[in-house]
Amino acid sequence: MTTLPLHRVEAGPLHTKLLRHAPELAFWLIPIAAYFIFPSDLALLSQIAITALFVLSLDLILGYAGIVSLGHAAFFGIGAYSAGLLAKYGWGDPTLGLAVACLVAGVLGFISSFLVLRGADLTRLMVTLGVAFMLYELANKLTSITGGLDGLQGIEVTPLFGLFAFDMFGKTAYIYSVGVLFLLFWGARHLVRSPFGLSLQGIRQNVYRMPALGTPVHARLVAVYTVGAAYAGIAGALLTQTTQFVSIDVLSFSRSAGLLLILVLGGAGCLYGAMLGAIVFMTVQHLLSGLNPTYWQFWLGLLLIFVVLFARDGIIGALRALSAQAAKVKR
Amino acid sequence: MSYVLQTRNLVKKFAGFVVTAGVNLNVAAGARHALIGPNGAGKTTLINLLTGFLEPTSGAVLLNGQDVTRTAQHQRVKLGLARTFQINRLFADMTVLESVTLAVCEQRGIGAHFWRPVAAHSEAIDDAAALLARLRLLEEAHVQTRDLAYGKQRMVEIALALAARPSVLLLDEPAAGVPTAESRELLETIAQLPSDVSIVLIEHDMDLVFRFADRISVLVSGAILTEGEPKAIADDPRVQEVYLGEAGHG
Repeated sequence: MTTLPLHRVEAGPLHTKLLRHAPELAFWLIPIAAYFIFPSDLALLSQIAITALFVLSLDLILGYAGIVSLGHAAFFGIGAYSAGLLAKYGWGDPTLGLAVACLVAGVLGFISSFLVLRGADLTRLMVTLGVAFMLYELANKLTSITGGLDGLQGIEVTPLFGLFAFDMFGKTAYIYSVGVLFLLFWGARHLVRSPFGLSLQGIRQNVYRMPALGTPVHARLVAVYTVGAAYAGIAGALLTQTTQFVSIDVLSFSRSAGLLLILVLGGAGCLYGAMLGAIVFMTVQHLLSGLNPTYWQFWLGLLLIFVVLFARDGIIGALRALSAQAAKVKR
Repeated sequence: MSYVLQTRNLVKKFAGFVVTAGVNLNVAAGARHALIGPNGAGKTTLINLLTGFLEPTSGAVLLNGQDVTRTAQHQRVKLGLARTFQINRLFADMTVLESVTLAVCEQRGIGAHFWRPVAAHSEAIDDAAALLARLRLLEEAHVQTRDLAYGKQRMVEIALALAARPSVLLLDEPAAGVPTAESRELLETIAQLPSDVSIVLIEHDMDLVFRFADRISVLVSGAILTEGEPKAIADDPRVQEVYLGEAGHG
């Protein structure tokens, strides 16, 4: 029997391969172009990159594995505080901060996964919500460590790799954030296309079938939940390091809920959907809040309802539908 | 005689209600063993006990001589016990090839590999494609499961079970709901399954049972009423009374 590749054949002239990756290349030109076009908005652009990484982390557990969460900010926040405390007490190296935040959030993710995975969807929503609430109140109460509502101050981040200081224009911060986003995206892209990623989709689509294939469902879900938590922790650490401050808001419910909103807006179950969601949401939020500082959430709500009702699978779904239409017209 | 699958005094109670009442089932190596019985006799419960989807209240399940009563479902699959489902349990948004490749990856023990893309695991894809060819599903390889005709979906059910390379295969009403036109191909496929795979078939279609089985167990009210060769079962007046008579009217 001849081989039937899952996707189109890899072999062939280089230009077809380039063409196949054209949308991906185009996407990664956006952050490069943005750097030159909006040099005075680098702080906002860094925030977008960090949010994109955070959304990516939720996409892994919700979009691929189907684990619903309303408390993903728990991992973002614990990563943010880990990196912040580390830098405050003399270990200001950014890569060390990322590593520690990744580890701490990953461990918390691993432990809490056993609680989260016990129940069905509604239970999971409540457990994730509960874990995040508990962490928020802990941060609120332990003011001597976290600074409570005033936030964690006195964070000093040393130059990246000992070479690139975090400048006041946010150039280093931006390049650093996009660099980390790219590396972790690359890892996630491997993960979702691997047999492991396929098994996650299997679990999402028919969890009862999977044990009958010999899949240890629980172990797979624990693994992806841990990875998702670690990713979120790194995103939190990035926010701390690029702003040199931790607000208790990193653990807030609105951050978890907003995250879910961005993922649905962009299109869950697709890594580019997650990142596009972050770009569109943050940009729209920025523009609307500039136009109408008090009532901008009204328009955001309207946009969300429109997308959910009329563009299934979010922005990425709409883009796919458009390109399918275009291909039809061309023919 | 060596048995691949046995139960010892298997009992299952739901809230005090006895669904499986001390079943002693013996499936011989290479058997074509049918499990029949009227609706509500506890056939699917028995399958669920065998595969580990349910835990028995008491009694034991032995797979190739090994006690697997407390062994998790996915580990029993690794030990050679696979099943199909009476109601399709498929991956609606995957293509047929993707679904079967997923199952093959698990069988090959690479299901948790997280770096190399599935598309680069050509050995797994080759296995899956070969299995599709055997089940005459190759033309539908790139069709999404949700878009398949029902009869073809039933074939995918079987393909997913076979991908586990089982030594014992439990078929839970494989032809249920399949229109007669399509069921012939399905039955042929089942008949052609390799003889070293022992098969337990649950089926309502008596034609199929008597054509396929070399041994039949009759399950009534959670207990085995009688067991024997097809001819003996067909001639047994008790069986005719509880089951065949009823089916004859239907």
